[in-house]
Amino acid sequence: MDIEYQALWPVIIVAITSIVVLLQAAITRRHAVALGLTIVGLIAAFIAVIGVGPLLPQSVGVLLVMDGFAQFFMGLIIAAAIVTAVLGYAYLRRRNEQREEFYIVLLLATLGSMVLTAASHFVTFFLGLEILSVSLYVMIAYLTEELAALEAGVKYLILAAASSAFLLFGMALIYAEFGTMQFGPLADALAAAEDLSTPIVLVATALMLVGIGFKLAIVPFHVWTPDVYTGAPAPVTAFVASVSKSAVFALLLRYFFVTDGYQFDTVMIALAVIAIASMLIGNILALIQENVKRILAYSSIAHLGYMLVAFIAGGDRALEAVAYYLIVYSLAVLGSFGIISLISPEGRERMSLEDFRGLFWQRPRLAIIFTILLLSLAGIPVTAGFVGKFYLVLAGVAAAHWVLVVVLAIASLIGIYYYFRIMAVMYARRDTPAASTPTVSLSGATLLGLLAAATIYLGVYPDQLLLLIRRLVLTL
Amino acid sequence: MDWLTPLIFAPLVGAIILAFVPSKQTETIKGVALIIAIITFILSLFVYAQFDKLGAGMQLTVNVPWITSLGIHYHLGIDGISLLLIVLTTVLTILAILSSWRSITEGVKGFFVSMLILTSGMIGVFCALDLFLFYIFWEVMLIPMYFLIGIWGGPRRVYAAIKFVLFTMFGSLLMLVAILYLYFQYHSFAGVYTFDMLKLMQMPIAINPQHWLFVAFALAFAIKVPLWPFHTWLPDAHVQAPTAGSVILAGVLLKMGTYGFIRIAMPMFPDATATFVPYIAILSVIAIIYGALVSMVQKDIKSLVAFSSVSHMGFVMLGLFALNQEAVQGAVIQMINHGISTGALFLLVGMIYERRHTRLIAEFGGLGKVMPVFSAFFMIVMLSSIGLPFTNGFVGEFLILLGAFKANVWYGVFAATGVILAACYMLWMYQRVVFGKVTNPENEKLTDINWRERIILIPLVVLIFFIGIYPTPLFERTEPAVRQVIAHIEQTRQAKQDLERIDERTLALREGAGLSQKVTEKGVTR
Repeated sequence: MDIEYQALWPVIIVAITSIVVLLQAAITRRHAVALGLTIVGLIAAFIAVIGVGPLLPQSVGVLLVMDGFAQFFMGLIIAAAIVTAVLGYAYLRRRNEQREEFYIVLLLATLGSMVLTAASHFVTFFLGLEILSVSLYVMIAYLTEELAALEAGVKYLILAAASSAFLLFGMALIYAEFGTMQFGPLADALAAAEDLSTPIVLVATALMLVGIGFKLAIVPFHVWTPDVYTGAPAPVTAFVASVSKSAVFALLLRYFFVTDGYQFDTVMIALAVIAIASMLIGNILALIQENVKRILAYSSIAHLGYMLVAFIAGGDRALEAVAYYLIVYSLAVLGSFGIISLISPEGRERMSLEDFRGLFWQRPRLAIIFTILLLSLAGIPVTAGFVGKFYLVLAGVAAAHWVLVVVLAIASLIGIYYYFRIMAVMYARRDTPAASTPTVSLSGATLLGLLAAATIYLGVYPDQLLLLIRRLVLTL
Repeated sequence: MDWLTPLIFAPLVGAIILAFVPSKQTETIKGVALIIAIITFILSLFVYAQFDKLGAGMQLTVNVPWITSLGIHYHLGIDGISLLLIVLTTVLTILAILSSWRSITEGVKGFFVSMLILTSGMIGVFCALDLFLFYIFWEVMLIPMYFLIGIWGGPRRVYAAIKFVLFTMFGSLLMLVAILYLYFQYHSFAGVYTFDMLKLMQMPIAINPQHWLFVAFALAFAIKVPLWPFHTWLPDAHVQAPTAGSVILAGVLLKMGTYGFIRIAMPMFPDATATFVPYIAILSVIAIIYGALVSMVQKDIKSLVAFSSVSHMGFVMLGLFALNQEAVQGAVIQMINHGISTGALFLLVGMIYERRHTRLIAEFGGLGKVMPVFSAFFMIVMLSSIGLPFTNGFVGEFLILLGAFKANVWYGVFAATGVILAACYMLWMYQRVVFGKVTNPENEKLTDINWRERIILIPLVVLIFFIGIYPTPLFERTEPAVRQVIAHIEQTRQAKQDLERIDERTLALREGAGLSQKVTEKGVTR
């Protein structure tokens, strides 16, 4: 095989795995086998991600480029997909659905996300995004008996399709203006252009921003988040919050760094306004929620706002900070939604704050794990979330974006209130005995324990990961 | 040999061990927690013995790279100020654990695990010499304290706990931004990235950013102290916290605010310190008088003690910002004294609360008849809180007032009224609780304090008299550290003034004779 395509092994393995699982479902329907195949395939892909290291950087045709940056984010995405698969197994086991197809769409969504991280052309950009989105429609509405899930799926479908249209139109306008769809040549064309503030360029950039903004769920493109997060099965919500956001953010980073999006002052101002609005609105709306999934949904808007602060600052530090934060944020949301999926019995998910009342006195270990994850989200030291937030602020201060940094600090303070509120409820004593929680599967509990342990480890000793990021991500 | 690392992490390791003891074996859990606290105390005595009381600068230092990609070091070291606070912490931890023996019945394991983690965080704050490390310890303490108040506290515990966290976090987030500004500032000054306090202190900072930085740090510390008007979290937290929580909160956590001022804010921003002296001094005087007046009208003994803390910590702040040897040293001693006296007061309040499940002054009266031993202890502690001669309170307050008069007569005059008011509210409270006839039938069958409770109180009473009569060991150890802080502030300001004078002279010469070039060079080399 050509060296070009050898670099693509991780992507190819995930694609093959999805076909294998599909065939398995056609021959014999065994839930555990489907999970096993998926995990084996994903682990193989993860090993391939590490294995292709010596071949990099390598562009594959004009469409994709495999470099350290793509390698890093692919690793993150595959790891998160493994966690989602395990959580999905524990979750679907208790529900009467066709279970095996879940892993097929999960693998496809992972594939789309991986393509996004390596995309260097509008075609792969769009293709990756669509593979991801279409799989997500299915995953969100997977529980066909649940109205909320169907509603969430339809909402996501309509809004995602609309945003794709915006994105496509933006790409078309860029192509019309500069005659290329490849990031590299586009960068040259932009550099050579005399006047960048022509209406057509501005409109095109704005349209693309709308499309990406929707996927990242930043204000004012965030309205779908709470309903989709709440309606979707908890493992899928975990996937949407971690993988799909990381992939799109990775793409945004690549596009911006390669084509030097920082030269557009209007775009940067718009992004700054979006960042401030996301941080404040996300956190303020989270304050008034009575549902843990909705709280986490609104808080995810704010977290994307935090990351934008570092993104706007630009430079190597921004790349490092965002990459690190995406890792710690993924750990925390995978774990949090994992907790919800583990303690939910058949039927209705346990997601209102009341469902969590007194969790500590019933299931102390789960409550402690959830506490660690919430502390990480709140950015309290010795959790990874603190180092992540520290790094974001560091990037902001380095670029002297004082307004953004101060808003970040204030927004974090609001965030602390609602994270601690969840904790307070968990540790409160119940007067009435709670409805019994189902037995938590050992695999699920171990997985969550590992996520919590990783959160603490990265909070105490972040050096190795930071150096890895520096080595891989800065290849961009 | 590295003495500080075992000292900091012994309680944390203990907490981890404790986590593996089955929750049902409450007696084992208490025993293990107590043993760990005693081991920590013994380690702190080793550190005390190792400490060279004549040596200036930081001692027992440890400095190893930690997060190399950001230039963060695991840098520890102590001077006399931190040494005394560490010993205070380890002593109070033992007493706090003993005081919880009977009062904590639910979630025993969680309680003692939180206590031990808290202890690690507190000792860490007093040892850290790297701002990043300092910040980590500073914040880590919040979580166990949040749980101590929020789970084992009174009826409004959740409100009090979240208020405590939000107030503290507000200050610390701004401090974090300031820390990062210093980090980059130092890089442009010296070309390396570091959070090392001792290095950052050597960096000259322009006056305008210095003011901003000082405000950011001072706000974080002032909330912790708490300085009026940032004190509103304190009464809630104290009244709702369990006895052990109150003891640690008043005894150690409040000291972190004043410790932050003397360790970081004042030496790092000497010019800003000088600029803000009048403002902080006025706020301190307000805190002294306001805290005392509000204490006077409290119906609940615990909130009375809580507000008296506002008043006493006002004294400490005034002492620090009088910026002379007497006052600053008095303030440092008073930090220790307040930890002992107020810690003891909260323990005493906890003891009668366990018996009567109320803390309202009006519910008591005539306790002297039914609980004579308790009343005797209560009197000694109360008198030390007022600052009677031969008790520890006198030494600190006297020095602070002396220094305050030296700095500005009016500060001294107003602060002195605080001493008188303190006598009023304490004596009046004592009179209503202890003297007279037993009016409330429920008080008639109260039992006097038992051997465990006496063991808790005796060390504090010994310390009260020891420091009151023979404070020399404390003075010897804090004197070099305080002298150094003051000298550093003076030197930095002096050097700056010299530079400015040279600049002015250069300018004048440049205008006059046109020999500017030569003189400038001279000025710089000087």
